[in-house]
Amino acid sequence: MAKLPNLDYAAEAERICERLRDVTFNSLRRRGLVVAMSGGIDSSASVALAVRALGADKVFGLLLPERDSSGEASKLGRLLAEHLGVRYVLQDISQTLEAIGCYAAQDEVLRKVLPGFGPEWKFKLVLSTAMGGKVGITRVVAHDPEGRQHEQRLTAADYLQIVAATNFKQRIRKTLEYFHADRLHYAVVGTPNRLEYDQGFFVKNGDGAADVKPIAHLFKSHVYGMAKFLGLPAAIVDTTPTTDTFSLSQGQDEFYFGLPYPQMDLALWHFNAGRSAAELAQELGCEVAVAEQRYENIRVKRRTTSYLHAAPVLVVPVPEIDLG
Amino acid sequence: MSDVKKTVRAFITTNFMLGAEVTLGDSDSLLQLQIVDSTGFLELVNFLESHYGLKVADDEMVPENLESIDNIEQFVARKLGHN
Repeated sequence: MAKLPNLDYAAEAERICERLRDVTFNSLRRRGLVVAMSGGIDSSASVALAVRALGADKVFGLLLPERDSSGEASKLGRLLAEHLGVRYVLQDISQTLEAIGCYAAQDEVLRKVLPGFGPEWKFKLVLSTAMGGKVGITRVVAHDPEGRQHEQRLTAADYLQIVAATNFKQRIRKTLEYFHADRLHYAVVGTPNRLEYDQGFFVKNGDGAADVKPIAHLFKSHVYGMAKFLGLPAAIVDTTPTTDTFSLSQGQDEFYFGLPYPQMDLALWHFNAGRSAAELAQELGCEVAVAEQRYENIRVKRRTTSYLHAAPVLVVPVPEIDLG
Repeated sequence: MSDVKKTVRAFITTNFMLGAEVTLGDSDSLLQLQIVDSTGFLELVNFLESHYGLKVADDEMVPENLESIDNIEQFVARKLGHN
């Protein structure tokens, strides 16, 4: 399959690091950077860039697993922290999530839509499209303790409640990131790649909140390339992206993008370059109608997630405060 | 205007057209006019299911059935066996 244009990783790393130093020390006037490390490729590349830019002694890592996280995530996070030589803490946030009602709100919906659902079950959300690709439909897929699979389409209200509940996870993590940033006088790094940033795959005031986002302009394939260039451990560079949000392992493609990331990268790159759907279809080896649906999906996601990017709106401007 | 059209239009106007400045014709596309998004679409499906006691299958969620008030009226009539 076709690939994105090559990136000069050495020059790109230099550009990002130069900017990270300037933003941290001069614009934000902080002494270092806090990065939550999920073990995934984006946070791994981000923390490695932070270390390259500021030095390991000015970067603080956080490993924040919860009940539904895979054990692998913390293992990889720890491996990376030790590889880079950064200070880090591991804090399980399950009790906090329990206390705030995250699991109760989530399980309330699951018990309603999946008769017999209980603590031993594992589940995930899977996205499909309807109405010619213009509408996303979410199904819950669950495995009971006997290994039987159950599937149910979610109503809007049930879907929104599960998403609202699981958004607690990203928001509690962000609260802890800012606790450590405040006590160290550091700034917080956000780790979205370009697909996530452009298509709104983040939680507002959760993983979407940060002081600086060093890889938000990089396509996912380029993040992998950057991670390799930075010499990150093979166990991290070889991972398949997952959301690590639900108890059943869930690919980012099945939850949000609807395509594996190399194809999603190509679709967004072609779209941004003003290439026709026919050209994208040729690259992906698919029908032109499928490529057109893909372009429409990009447009729809940009439109429907613009709220996530929006800063608080003032009813009357306060011109004395310059946020530029 | 048929009862189905009236009922569906009232649901759409009350729930999705708060502050909207567009006028909605019976044949206008709810998606193209950006009156409903994915969440709104699922709410609309849920409303049709509960109000008319019918079940909308995944493969019935196509523009021919649900794109406009006209299409919804015909779809509901087919589902209820009136056509």
